[in-house]
Amino acid sequence: MVPLSCYLLLSGILFVCGVLGFLIKRNIITIFMSIELMLNGVNLSFVAFAAQWHSLSGQVFVFFVMVVAAAEAAVGLAIIIAVYRTRETLNVDQVNLLKL
Amino acid sequence: MTQNPYLWLVPLLPLAGAGINGFIGRRLSKKTISAIALVFCGAAFGMALVIAAGFSSASAPYYCDLAHWLRSGSFQVDFSFYVDQLSLVMLLVVTGVGFLIHIYSVGYMWDDDGYYRFMSYLNLFMFFMLTLVLAKNYLVMFIGWEGVGLASYLLIGFWFTKDSAAAAGKKAFIVNRIGDFGFLIALFLMIKHFGSLDFTHVFGAVQSLPQETAGAGLLTAIGLLLMVGAAGKSAQVPLYVWLPDAMEGPTPVSALIHAATMVTAGVYMVARSSAIFDRAPMAMMVVAIIGTLTALFAATIGIAQTDIKKVLAYSTVSQLGYMFMACGVGAFSAGIFHLMTHAFFKGLLFLAAGSVIHGIGGEQDMRRMGGLRLYMPWTFLTMTVATFTIAGFPPFAAYFSKDEILWKAYSSPNGSWVYWLIGVITAFLTSFYMFRLWFLTFFGDYRGGPTAHDVKHESADAHAVHDKHAQEGHDHSTPHESPWIMLGPLVVLAILSFVGGWVGIGGRFEHFLAPVFQSGLTSELAHQSSGEAAGKATELLLMLISVAAAVLGFVLAWALYFRRPQLPARIAERLGGLYRVVANKYYIDELYAALFVKPLIDGSTTILWHGIDQGVIDAAVNDSATAARIISDDARHMQSGNLRSYAGWVAAGGAAVIAYMVWMGVTH
Repeated sequence: MVPLSCYLLLSGILFVCGVLGFLIKRNIITIFMSIELMLNGVNLSFVAFAAQWHSLSGQVFVFFVMVVAAAEAAVGLAIIIAVYRTRETLNVDQVNLLKL
Repeated sequence: MTQNPYLWLVPLLPLAGAGINGFIGRRLSKKTISAIALVFCGAAFGMALVIAAGFSSASAPYYCDLAHWLRSGSFQVDFSFYVDQLSLVMLLVVTGVGFLIHIYSVGYMWDDDGYYRFMSYLNLFMFFMLTLVLAKNYLVMFIGWEGVGLASYLLIGFWFTKDSAAAAGKKAFIVNRIGDFGFLIALFLMIKHFGSLDFTHVFGAVQSLPQETAGAGLLTAIGLLLMVGAAGKSAQVPLYVWLPDAMEGPTPVSALIHAATMVTAGVYMVARSSAIFDRAPMAMMVVAIIGTLTALFAATIGIAQTDIKKVLAYSTVSQLGYMFMACGVGAFSAGIFHLMTHAFFKGLLFLAAGSVIHGIGGEQDMRRMGGLRLYMPWTFLTMTVATFTIAGFPPFAAYFSKDEILWKAYSSPNGSWVYWLIGVITAFLTSFYMFRLWFLTFFGDYRGGPTAHDVKHESADAHAVHDKHAQEGHDHSTPHESPWIMLGPLVVLAILSFVGGWVGIGGRFEHFLAPVFQSGLTSELAHQSSGEAAGKATELLLMLISVAAAVLGFVLAWALYFRRPQLPARIAERLGGLYRVVANKYYIDELYAALFVKPLIDGSTTILWHGIDQGVIDAAVNDSATAARIISDDARHMQSGNLRSYAGWVAAGGAAVIAYMVWMGVTH
């Protein structure tokens, strides 16, 4: 059996990758994907703990997170499309003002 | 004690007049304004007469409690009024002379744009003055005291567009504040030690203090502080400086406030507090010394003045000095007697001077007058009565009152021949400078107005101005007599100045006031009975000497200003420095400016303004604003709108929280 620490290490690596991608990348789509990466990093640690302690609540939480992430993806992509239509760019450094 | 429920109407009537004229006078015609002012003031006079007619020593004093004011534990002050013999005399003088001056003002101020304002202020002044004299306790008196100061400020600075008038108003007010400070402290002392400000209570408490310790501190302190107040209000050394400057106001103001009524408030207050002063011999002595010094000092300044109103101003200061001299030697009734006659003749002098000024188009310099007896016979006649009165010629009014003061100054147990001697010298000086004024103004040739040469070369422009003036009755070239509305009060006052002193013959006036000055009178009587026969002869001798002094003043003025008009200038030249010092009022104003005013202004500028106001208060506000701006300037960069920097902050924050939790977990 794979020890818990390996799962957690992988989860941490995934999360840090997400954070770094969020901070470094300029494209909104990439940033969006970095967020998903962070969420799934967290999900991994949830299921790892659930398996370790034989508790279902961790699994249930993961489903919640996936549902919220799906909804967030829908809303987020809609916002990205709206931003692209008005500004014709997906570079976040150029989207620093609320007013046009 | 008898109640008189209508007493409060006396002061309130002029207040109503002041209110009506002050608030809606701008929209009323001048006739209506005059009617309102005169009716309300006249009604107060009428009520005073009614009160006087029903006055009897048996039922006096009368009082009227209008309303509660302050109630704090056992200490209470009410709005209550009070009439005894002393207030009655003051009441009649204030309303009577005040009413005459109101009538006179109608003629004098008719052409002024601020006519309604002037009449309103006059009525307001009457209200405060009547509050002062009718007060039943020191605090209500203090309302009147401050109020006349306010009215005085408004009236002195009546022509406020003129810098000197505005400055004179301020000066009067500020100098009065110094006196008020003393008065107020005296009131605090009374509250602390007697628990009351009511005259009856306070005087009762004073009487019951043990004889040995009474003068040892408290009463002397109260007396001296009251005297500080009186010196401010009544223009005594060293606070007299405001009165001569106050001549910037219109002449009726000088007559009403700075001769007949307001300046006498100090004398009234000292006389009212006679119970306190009687038990404080030190304070009495200070009062007498201040009065005597002021009398002499102001009289010497009066000699060298050339402005007709300034001469009268200094003579007022000097006469007030006499009154304080009288109060200081315990002869309160003599002081009040002189106060009354002074109100008549000084009111008359000012009004007559105003008539002169009015008649020659606003000129106040006596060197540009002369020969006016031909142009304005009535003014001349009334002024003559007033001049002979103030000089102390028998049987004019001031002869009786001044003689009474001088005799008391010599004979009373608190008196001394020094007071008497200075008093006689002052009488001589008074007679001299008043006759100097009289000769300069009414005798010789008219020295004002344009010469024939000027008239010929007058431009068309000047002609137009001249015509306008002639229509208004202000022709400069030929002096003219004033209208009857101004002469009427002059004549009435002249009659009063002539006969006003006769009420004092045989000590009747003193007898009338005796119930008020009970304690003073007993010592007086004791003294009189001791040396009755010798006293009579001495009194006669002293009387002759003071009359001789008056005659001497007259002769000297006659010789210098009538027979040899060139002589005074030569004498002034020979005296050189001395003359300049006197003509410049001993440089007292300059001395005060250097000693008090300039340090005050410099201190206020460097310490209070630049130091505290700009350096501390402004700096605190400005610096905290600057600090907020600098901090915000940095904090502002956090909120750049840049998504990635937000994310960075969130990540950093998250990292910090995790680090903290890990660290806490480790330490536990």
